[in-house]
Amino acid sequence: MIQTLAFYLFAALVIASAVMVIMARNPVHSVLWLILAFFNAAGLMVLVGAEFIAALLLIVYVGAVAVLFLFVVMMLDIDFAELRAGFVKNFPLGIAIALVLAAELIFGIGAYQAGQLELGVASGVAAPALDASNTASIGAVLYRDYVFLFEAAGIILLVAMVGAIVLTHRRTENARGQQDISRQVRRNPDEATVMKQPEVGRGVDL
Amino acid sequence: MIGIEHYIVVSAILFVLGVLGIFLNRKNIIVILMAIELILLSVNLQLVAFSAFLGDLVGQVFAMFVLTVAAGEAAVGLAILVIYFRGRGTIAVDDVDRLKG
Repeated sequence: MIQTLAFYLFAALVIASAVMVIMARNPVHSVLWLILAFFNAAGLMVLVGAEFIAALLLIVYVGAVAVLFLFVVMMLDIDFAELRAGFVKNFPLGIAIALVLAAELIFGIGAYQAGQLELGVASGVAAPALDASNTASIGAVLYRDYVFLFEAAGIILLVAMVGAIVLTHRRTENARGQQDISRQVRRNPDEATVMKQPEVGRGVDL
Repeated sequence: MIGIEHYIVVSAILFVLGVLGIFLNRKNIIVILMAIELILLSVNLQLVAFSAFLGDLVGQVFAMFVLTVAAGEAAVGLAILVIYFRGRGTIAVDDVDRLKG
């Protein structure tokens, strides 16, 4: 009973906040509604026992992606009213396409409920271990069967990070402390130092 | 009783809302990126629900990879957005015609 109640609560809130994400006038509000949507989706995932993915969703999305969005929205000086100009014009077409898409998806679900297509039998290779927690089971599957994909995911994140830095990094000319590596490497002791034997009481001309 | 169908319906509605968001906010690329995040969230929800339904953890492992790609996509997309704004002073999608495509 309590699960049913929790499901409907989370589902209603995730859908309501998704509506607010696309309808909000101010993109900052959109980001905040997006965070609420992620929280409720995480709740839905916890309900089916996927607590590790739920925690990951909160850490990655709320902790990183939503904050990134907030930074960008707040740092750029944009006239958002102008950007909403086509909102009313696009509304009927958008609603029509959304309704068609939703009808198709729900039709598909209904067809599935009427009797599923038997394409094969589940092999159950990666069935969750009964005596282990969700996190431990995922860890076993992830590091045993999917270790190369896991490393590929790491590479993807590395490439994304390098790409984001390369794209947004501004090279300033003659900034203080700028390092010229080729000049630094070309330097050798012969031209960098000079031996002098000055007379007593005289300075050195450099 | 809550079954897999409930999860599919919620996820489908979320997906449709993401697509609708792209249609409605055609000029504001930040909201378009957020709508894409909503779509990816609905896919993740679907993967996790089917993972629980089939008793197979691969769905959850896959949801993790989707999460990874979503994070990378958001980072690179927002970086492109920032440099575009620096150069042009606007982020309106209609003005993105430098390549004359």
